[in-house]
Amino acid sequence: MAVRLLQGSDALAEAAVTAGCRFFTGYPMLPFTGLLESMARRMPDAGGVCMNAASEIEAVNMTIGAAAAGARAGTGSCGQGIALMQEAVAEAALNEVPFVLFNMARGQQDYFQCTRGGGWGDYRTITLAPRDVVEAVEHTQLLFHLADTYRAPVILLGDYLIADTNMSVDVSPRDYGPLPAKDWALDGSTGGTGSSRQIWSWDIGKANRPGRGPDGQWKHIADKFAAVAEAEQRHESFMADDAEYLVVSWGTSGPFVDYVVEELRAEGVRIGSFRPISLWPFPEAALAEAAAGARRVLVYELNAGQMLDDVRLSIPDRSKIRFIGGVSIDYSGMRQGELLQASAIRAAVRRVIDEGD
Amino acid sequence: MTHVPTGAPPGVPATKVAEFGSPLLLSEEHHLCPGCGHPVAWRLLCEVMTELALADRAVGVIGHGCYTQAAVLTDLEWLQCLHGRAPAVATGVKRVHPGVAVFTLQGDGDMASEGLHELLHAAGRAEPITCIMLNNGVFGDTGGQMTATTVVGQRTKTSLEGRDPGTHGFPIPVADLVRTLPGTAYVARGAVNNAGAVAQTKKFLRRAFELQMEGAGFTFVEILTMCPTGWFIPTAEGPGYVASVFEETFPVGQLKTLAPR
Repeated sequence: MAVRLLQGSDALAEAAVTAGCRFFTGYPMLPFTGLLESMARRMPDAGGVCMNAASEIEAVNMTIGAAAAGARAGTGSCGQGIALMQEAVAEAALNEVPFVLFNMARGQQDYFQCTRGGGWGDYRTITLAPRDVVEAVEHTQLLFHLADTYRAPVILLGDYLIADTNMSVDVSPRDYGPLPAKDWALDGSTGGTGSSRQIWSWDIGKANRPGRGPDGQWKHIADKFAAVAEAEQRHESFMADDAEYLVVSWGTSGPFVDYVVEELRAEGVRIGSFRPISLWPFPEAALAEAAAGARRVLVYELNAGQMLDDVRLSIPDRSKIRFIGGVSIDYSGMRQGELLQASAIRAAVRRVIDEGD
Repeated sequence: MTHVPTGAPPGVPATKVAEFGSPLLLSEEHHLCPGCGHPVAWRLLCEVMTELALADRAVGVIGHGCYTQAAVLTDLEWLQCLHGRAPAVATGVKRVHPGVAVFTLQGDGDMASEGLHELLHAAGRAEPITCIMLNNGVFGDTGGQMTATTVVGQRTKTSLEGRDPGTHGFPIPVADLVRTLPGTAYVARGAVNNAGAVAQTKKFLRRAFELQMEGAGFTFVEILTMCPTGWFIPTAEGPGYVASVFEETFPVGQLKTLAPR
């Protein structure tokens, strides 16, 4: 086991290189900038390329080119930068070009952006939200595997607590099993053979070998994401078995919530937590089961209530659900703010408990 | 000068004197309009790929427009991408496969209106790819609207009385703009409106790919073509319109050529 003390951005770069990422590009925007700088330092020795893109739009389209050519590739940004990339992410989902998009977000207001897309078409993006740097390293390696497994763009949704925290992490390579051959990847070699390849979101195919066509291709994509929705749900729960109050949170809010859960348990409150690790596909069945015995389901996230929608879709009895998060903006502009404190979370939970009934 | 009598049937049957097909064309049927210049440009591309023995080490990145059918009709590897973004996508392909001939095929709407940013930055980086712009001065695929290269006075669906600089500004001479960037190794503008222009344009394309494979830097070929349905003139007058009007704004010829580095 190779354990190293690394800042989050460096740890993610190390994990990406270990996973075989050989093309990375981006446009600076905090807190993504650290990852871009780290990749620029790391890639040449790894035999890869890290490019300074002239915009987020150029970055994501360069990444599509590299990924379509068969390389493991990644890019990223946050918030507004990811918004510029959404059209290309949708295109990559529809023409089945796999890469990893690192959203090192400012706060938790990119949940809709990552789980609902914003591009065109019937596509979804597998989105993993790590709780800390250790899990982010794990997720980075897993996401490169999932991208290639499903031939789809996938998202790591981190934030500045992931990017800028130093932790001891295991950066050794993970083996997630065999992958389908990349016989679709373009290297120019099939030209003139009568079987030349084509990648196109409409899958028109060639005059001598028609493809599925847009209708068939988009139905194929829809079926694929329906299968992913079943197969790739991930979650973690903490002290949830007999919980009267279940707090649902995601990403770096998770450890803060778990701290409060431990405190209140020590005081005799039957409370537990549930954390979707895959924000899409959302672990609906697991949450429904965890919440079945609870009197109240409290949703904590630092936005106006975005995951709240998924919680409502998962739990049959909506009357149990209370939103205890909110928009929380700090002076640095990172949008975590005063609500991301154990004392604030504890107070919010207490208010629900004290309201009784 | 000897005149061939054409007023009566020939004394001997006509015989085929040349094969006009290209081994990289998968079908002679296409959906483009009679009088369109684009198929001639594809044909030149196919011939150059064959002559330079690049067919089995080439990747084309194609944008959005009528010409996109080239990805269906030619036996080359193609990656279809978002409108305007082909130079960025081609950059990713080239960085992964430096030994492969990587090129973009784009219209003037795709490249000059939507994607000028990606084009200029690829040229600025001296990215060793070849970008080909088919310039007919309109968005042909959507029925003939004004683009960034519509010439002054040209009538389009969105400049019905002709492009007026007071309202719409001036056309962007893309090849001239690209020529000024230090990263460009080869810049040329050709046309496909007559046999001489076709032969010249083929030489331009061939030189661009030769320099790409020699690692000279970014190479660019603009090709003036006709749009029979997007132009407000009779189809038969299209080639003449290119010569008398388009070439006034966009003179053809080699604009820049550097020796390989």
